[in-house]
Amino acid sequence: MYNEKVMDAFKNPKNVGEIENADGVGLVGNESCGDIMQIFLKIENDIIIDAKFKTFGCAAAIATSSTATEMVKGMTVKEALELTNKKVVETLGGLPAQKIHCSVLAEEAIKKAIEDYQSKKA
Amino acid sequence: MKKIYFDHAATTPVDKRVFEKMVPYFTEIFGNANSQHAFGREAVSAVDEARDTIAKLINCKPSELYFTSGGTESDNWALRGVANAYKNKGNHIIISPIEHAAMLVTAKALEKQGFKVDYMKVDEYGFVDLEHLKSIMTDKTILVGCMLANNEVGTIEPIAEIAKIAHEYGALCFTDAVQAAGVLKIDVKELGVDLMSMSSHKIYGPKGVGALYIRNGVKVDSIITGGHQERTKRGGTTNVAGVVGFGEAFKIAVSEIDKNFEYVSGLRDHFIERVLKEVPYVKLNGPRENRLPANADFSFKYIEGESILFSLDLAGISVSSGSACSSGSLEPSHVLLALGVPEGLAHGSIRFSFGKHNTIEEVDYAVDVLRDSVKRLREMSPLFKIQGDIKNV
Ligand SMILES: Cc1ncc(COP(=O)(O)O)c(C=O)c1O
Ligand SMILES: [Zn+2]
Repeated sequence: MYNEKVMDAFKNPKNVGEIENADGVGLVGNESCGDIMQIFLKIENDIIIDAKFKTFGCAAAIATSSTATEMVKGMTVKEALELTNKKVVETLGGLPAQKIHCSVLAEEAIKKAIEDYQSKKA
Repeated sequence: MKKIYFDHAATTPVDKRVFEKMVPYFTEIFGNANSQHAFGREAVSAVDEARDTIAKLINCKPSELYFTSGGTESDNWALRGVANAYKNKGNHIIISPIEHAAMLVTAKALEKQGFKVDYMKVDEYGFVDLEHLKSIMTDKTILVGCMLANNEVGTIEPIAEIAKIAHEYGALCFTDAVQAAGVLKIDVKELGVDLMSMSSHKIYGPKGVGALYIRNGVKVDSIITGGHQERTKRGGTTNVAGVVGFGEAFKIAVSEIDKNFEYVSGLRDHFIERVLKEVPYVKLNGPRENRLPANADFSFKYIEGESILFSLDLAGISVSSGSACSSGSLEPSHVLLALGVPEGLAHGSIRFSFGKHNTIEEVDYAVDVLRDSVKRLREMSPLFKIQGDIKNV
């Protein structure tokens, strides 16, 4: 059901872990729906210089966490806010229809981490 | 990579002896069992032989056994057929909450037609609460349906007692024996059931064939209407090769029942022991006693079932997850929820079901892979850190 890119990202996910003293942290999802994602961002001069994640969830949730964190590294905060789950899914070469909802979490977790960063800064 | 199959509750490979027995019925003895000529007579005698074999082994008359396309059809037929045939007597049906979808979805459909469906309570191991069942029986109850053994957690239900209660209130008793027939010794007279579903592909027979036992005197409306097959109760040209395979699979299963039970439950127990010892934060679902020999269903705290499934799959091991994010609905296994397993934990559940061709080496390899996969996924899980030290399950 998953393509090779997705399975590869699941098998060898990038950016697993936490960032100590992260500038922004976003936690979304809940245990009862089956997927929870936590994203940590390190931001300097409005540019995301590092991103890490921790995910409780299916293979699609883990693969999208890996890909989304890869994608936001080097982006400005504004660019990262514009990252949609659709782009993440495209980068992964597609997900089965019933798995699209899992990819929404990555987009939401990044947005939430940035909100956290902005509220700390303000 | 070597492929290892631990999903025998989903389906089994066809036993070579069964396959050999089926082969001539595709190309040589291909007649329609409904035809009157020699080809038809040959087919019909093969079907009769299978029917006689199975009937004898479950202690019913051949005339009480009807071939179907499998467990799903048999469940549908029993439920819909009894509901329609007895609707003037009452509109109340009771089933267990841990039935297969073939029952649950059908019961929901009957509710739309005006039947009232109630669910018996089960305890934390999946055993039906008989006192609760008594308390919800009414004089309008026409059918009590409960599986003989559960396909996820393996609980073997007290069907004889359930049948007794049903009969005390003038209701019929149906059991879905899809996971049990050919694995446990079954005598329909001893169980006291009025209807019973069976399927061939769970016992090393071909897919797409099964049977429904209907005790003489029980009225069941047809759901597959058409020709005069199965004594006009179930239309459709008989799947002769399938029926022959089912008969042979059942015969072999029953003749090797003790040997297989001992061997498979030995693998399963070894697996359970090692997992409980080597993998922390894990809960075995279902009972230790009165359980099918093949099943081991575990919930792994802090991680999600599908990711465990694919981690094992990458190592060549095939198992099943009752988890849900895969089915599109976000519901975890209805069986685990009925047993009171919390939602989060239920999402992290995997069913291992062993078979007669598995080896102890395969089981040991699987424990090693499982232990490492669980560790890796937990390191990735935010919950492990957030809740990790709180308590063991
Ligand atoms: C308990 C139970 N009932 C019914 C079925 C459906 O049987 P079949 O696959 O033959 O339609 C299954 C198997 O999937 C089962 O485990
Ligand atoms: Zn998911």
